[in-house]
Amino acid sequence: MITRPAHEMAAAMDSGEITSVELTQAHLDRISEVDAQVHAFLHVDTEGALTQAKAVDDARARGEKVGPLAGVPLALKDVIVQNGIPTTAGSKILEGWRPPYDATVVTKMKNAGIVILGKTNMDEFAMGSSTENSAYGPTHNPWDLTRIPGGSGGGSSASLAAFQAPLAIGTDTGGSIRQPAAVTGTVGVKPTYGGVSRYGLIAFSSSLDQAGPCARTVLDAALLHEVIAGHDVHDATSIDAPVPQVVHAARNGDVKGMKIGVVKELNGDGYQAGVRSRFEESLELLAKAGAEIVEVSCPNFEYALAAYYLIAPSECSSNLARFDAMRYGIRIGDADGASAESVMNLTREVGFGREVKRRIILGTYALSSGYFDAYYGSAQKVRTLIMQDFNNAFTHADVLVSPTCPTTAFKIGEKANDPLAMYLNDIATIPVNMAGIGGMSLPCGLAPEDGLPVGFQVMAPAMQDQRMYSVGAALEASLLTQWGAPLLSQIPALAVAK
Amino acid sequence: MGRTSAFTDSSIGGGKVSLTYEDVIAKYEPVLGLEVHVELNTHSKMFCGCSTIFGGEPNTQTCPVCLGMPGALPVVNEKAIESSILIGLALNCSIAPFSRFSRKNYFYPDMPKNFQISQYDEPICVNGYLDVEIDTDEGVKKFRVEIERVHMEEDTGKSLHVGGATGRIHGADYSLLDYNRAGIPLVEIVTKIVPGTGKYAPEVAKAYVAELRDILRSLGVSDVRMEQGSLRCDANVSLRLIGAQTLGTRSETKNVNSLRSVERAVRGEMIRHAELLNRGERVVQETRHFQEESGLTRSGRSKEQAEDYRYFPEPDLVPVAPDAAWIETLRATLPEQPTLRRKRLQAEWSVPDKEMAAMINADALDIVESTVKLGADPTRARGWWLGEISRIANEQNVTIADLKITPTDVAEIVALVLQGDLTDKLARQVVEGVIAGEGTPASVIESRGLKVVSDESALMAAIERAIAAQPETAEKIRNGHIPAAGALIGAVMKETKGQADAARVRELLLGHLGQSVD
Repeated sequence: MITRPAHEMAAAMDSGEITSVELTQAHLDRISEVDAQVHAFLHVDTEGALTQAKAVDDARARGEKVGPLAGVPLALKDVIVQNGIPTTAGSKILEGWRPPYDATVVTKMKNAGIVILGKTNMDEFAMGSSTENSAYGPTHNPWDLTRIPGGSGGGSSASLAAFQAPLAIGTDTGGSIRQPAAVTGTVGVKPTYGGVSRYGLIAFSSSLDQAGPCARTVLDAALLHEVIAGHDVHDATSIDAPVPQVVHAARNGDVKGMKIGVVKELNGDGYQAGVRSRFEESLELLAKAGAEIVEVSCPNFEYALAAYYLIAPSECSSNLARFDAMRYGIRIGDADGASAESVMNLTREVGFGREVKRRIILGTYALSSGYFDAYYGSAQKVRTLIMQDFNNAFTHADVLVSPTCPTTAFKIGEKANDPLAMYLNDIATIPVNMAGIGGMSLPCGLAPEDGLPVGFQVMAPAMQDQRMYSVGAALEASLLTQWGAPLLSQIPALAVAK
Repeated sequence: MGRTSAFTDSSIGGGKVSLTYEDVIAKYEPVLGLEVHVELNTHSKMFCGCSTIFGGEPNTQTCPVCLGMPGALPVVNEKAIESSILIGLALNCSIAPFSRFSRKNYFYPDMPKNFQISQYDEPICVNGYLDVEIDTDEGVKKFRVEIERVHMEEDTGKSLHVGGATGRIHGADYSLLDYNRAGIPLVEIVTKIVPGTGKYAPEVAKAYVAELRDILRSLGVSDVRMEQGSLRCDANVSLRLIGAQTLGTRSETKNVNSLRSVERAVRGEMIRHAELLNRGERVVQETRHFQEESGLTRSGRSKEQAEDYRYFPEPDLVPVAPDAAWIETLRATLPEQPTLRRKRLQAEWSVPDKEMAAMINADALDIVESTVKLGADPTRARGWWLGEISRIANEQNVTIADLKITPTDVAEIVALVLQGDLTDKLARQVVEGVIAGEGTPASVIESRGLKVVSDESALMAAIERAIAAQPETAEKIRNGHIPAAGALIGAVMKETKGQADAARVRELLLGHLGQSVD
């Protein structure tokens, strides 16, 4: 049962084939069997999950109408607060903190009867592309435990690939949902900025952060998308408009007559051969399904990475200022006679990891008087140019596509001491965040040279998220026909600890 | 203005007491700049739903948003925007069609996010003015204070430094933090530089803050209580030689918590600057703290190495873009400017200057106006509120507005006196009864039996009894010795327990004794 898609689990509960308590327990068992190797979870809420599951079973037993994902377990990225549940954002500085409130997405999921299994590992404060920056140790890619599961949401995507959870929530600031999905052979969606509330999402870069669904199928992602999306009065940047009809699009998977634009700048040099070949084959499948493939150019994308590494650190330098040992989290050096300033300094010194400090320093510098215009100001102009590139491209195509990442999963440790190489991994995902539009990654096969998953990225205009699901579902269906079984059926079995 | 004693400044080592205020203004021209912070009286905070009531138990009016909890987000209080626009309109500002919040980044434990959400380069209101008048030996002088900007921001929490002698962080054993104030909406009103006030600079500064306070009160957007900190003034002062074009170095005096202190602080800083300049020293650009007891300022942090606040647009909020129709709706609700209103009322009521000033000082203008609007004669309405009612308020150590008597009650009492249903003496008892909570004037009259005896046959009977009791007095009156009537009138008033109209008694008595009424 645990290898099936979430919507099939829900159907099995509706038909009485299984209860949510049984399903939840099966996932909790799986977590205890394999998580010593994968390390996808920072916290498992056994009791809370079973209580939630029981409540859903009772509701079903009473004949109440429940949501389409009621009773299905889910793994929550540790950057999202859940009332009373330890939440660290992968940082030592928040060790032991139990938030006093629920994020809006958590409230929505609870209301929908989704069972939250626990909190998943991540790069500290979502800064990273490998989950190696977690203060609590790296997560391992279930396809190859010596490799990274992507980041920052490596725990969420690994939990899906390891069958520890059929659904997960991720957050995506520069690719933190899509890149982990790509390298683990799962589906991840960054909705349009403002499509899902950020209330309760511990901010890394407020103008770029967006929570979204992670799943093993496009339809499951769509079902979860509709649960968590929608306007929220607690988030001033959330969009007050109807949620795009993503489930409808995912069920139909219709691309006939759709124009699919291949972004010239997000392919070619620097992209691994196996990534390119799987991507090209996918384009052919989409063409066979009735789409028209066109090439588009986005000349300013080459500046996206540089601009991103000014905007995101600038915002994070301010967002992370609140971690000062005064109100929550760890407190270091609080001895008699110590000043607030020295406690603050020591706590931040001990509590933040290297990458977080690097970005705080970078951002503080970029915002400094005398440098602001040259750095932050210029980066915002680049952002406008990237939006213009997208706007222009979307006059030629309904959606844009590219490989999600230039390469398949790299080895743990391989890029840990080379931040620039690490940053380059997000080259194809960052423009989407800069423009505030939607992006999806879905698996399109294994690279022949290393046998590792390759991600196919679909990008849609703001609030046209349903188009990604149309394309994603169409491609997924064609690939399934070709493969005969989901890609994850090829994943090597994990040793099961008893 | 009389001669002012000079100030010395202990924190710069103490100079000789040598300069008078006249010396200063003979040589230098002061340039002012005033920044006023106003706490708005919205029910909830600037960016969350927490209560803004003053004086709650520490940290009881907080939530994840105003505590800066990870993940929490601000949402702008619409009412605060409305109040800010009203302030801008009342100060003749343009309202920006598009303004933004920024983050002002600096670390301080009473600031939960370690940044303050504030408007920086795109404030909501710009380019206004406020005209103020001051009384001088040369007559009333008018000054125009130009407003640079009106912007919104959130207040910080409060630190309480425990131990140590000064109550300041330096030397304290530990500090306590109260975040009830964190996130209270603040509006900052910043003037352009104000040159040309000459020797009147201290009075202009005071008059500006006073007028601003009155405007804010008339708008109903703030409690404007300087002593509680809901209106705070920072006074920037610099001097330049008379005739000089370039500006001198300014100091910024904070903690000025009364109108009188505004005037004292400006005057004190002018003298301090002049002493420094005369000695050939330079004025340090710095923040100074006004000390109420001494009237001196104490050096705070130096601003020579300006702190870098790393402002950038607040990404958690969308721009404020009030639509033009809304602004016009708000403009239509603007109350009359307090100065103009005072002038109009003074003319309409024919009040002498001195009594007008008394009424303003007693904060009785609104209440008297309401009473007059209910039909009372202005002189009588004023007489009651500033006389008997103020006396009782003073006794009880409250304001007239706190008493249980309303303009409706006073208007009714005035009418009853005019109709002859109450004498002034009885009316005072009615006022006392209403204030004591005995009900409306009518019910106090009823329960205390205070109605004037207007039954003329009853009065005549009392008069005849009085004449019978004092036949010699009556005879004197018959013989034309009118002043003797007092004794008989007194007897009648005594018999009627003061509830007769003495004037009517006099008329009846004199007529009865064959004398004409004068």
